[in-house]
Amino acid sequence: MPRSLLTILGVFVLIGAAVGLPVGLAILGLIRWGDDILFFVLAEILIGSGLLVVTMRDIIRCGLAMIVCFGALAGIYVIAGAPLVAAAQVLIYIGAISVLILFAIMLTQTKAAPSRLVFQTQAIGAAIAAVILAIVIALTVGATDWQALAQRVHTATDQLARVLFADYVLPFEIVSVLLLAAVVGGVFLAKREEGGPS
Amino acid sequence: MSDSLDAYLVLSGLLFAIGTFGFLARRNAISMLMSIELMLNAVNLAIVAFGSFIKGLATDGSVIAIVVMAVAAAEATVGLSIVIAIFRNRNTPLVDEYDAMRR
Repeated sequence: MPRSLLTILGVFVLIGAAVGLPVGLAILGLIRWGDDILFFVLAEILIGSGLLVVTMRDIIRCGLAMIVCFGALAGIYVIAGAPLVAAAQVLIYIGAISVLILFAIMLTQTKAAPSRLVFQTQAIGAAIAAVILAIVIALTVGATDWQALAQRVHTATDQLARVLFADYVLPFEIVSVLLLAAVVGGVFLAKREEGGPS
Repeated sequence: MSDSLDAYLVLSGLLFAIGTFGFLARRNAISMLMSIELMLNAVNLAIVAFGSFIKGLATDGSVIAIVVMAVAAAEATVGLSIVIAIFRNRNTPLVDEYDAMRR
């Protein structure tokens, strides 16, 4: 069997497993139908593409996996009841930051040194530290009583606008100044100096 | 599951841990910046989750998340231009070859 066919088969098996697991859990009664299945699938896509971002060898593919990760996160924002944040996620992260990062990747690719080693020497220690961090966060979340509501609250966009332009007007203006400073700083830093090394 | 705060927070913690691993382990400076973006997204997810489940934070969570996104955009701009400026001087994007200050 040719290798590309095997790859396609593997991808289909992965997708089937990713969709089949939450459906199976719903049939068993562990999670409910509807939103829960969507949340589960989006969470799987989020974590899977996040792992691809930090482990893949080709950095362009890392950038594309990062776009998938941001898209899944936008879906989770919609489920969490924050549609404006989801729209801002698509506009800012997928539309602006990902394109910026892809351009930076293209500007810093060298043919002379194809990076054979993707990871530093401390990768094993970093993996252990990350696993411990995840376990500690999960234990803390489980052990704390957040006094959370039993039902998630949908954020109305007009309400959000009222809060943003009444209570949070000063942070809003400070953010605009910060963005201006960042644009000027970015142009200054990336500017090619006269007579400098090209 | 989508109605429990714990699920969102655990998901956010997992994403943050993945970002931490990438930041500590990758050699490429741009990969490290992408890992930072993952960590910022994880924190944003936690903020939005708190906003939709804690009573007093109903709309404030979304406002704070949008402000965090704007700050993340500023951070990405400055960080990437620093990486490009260093690349122009050293001709490599690998952080372990930036060793001018320890030779």
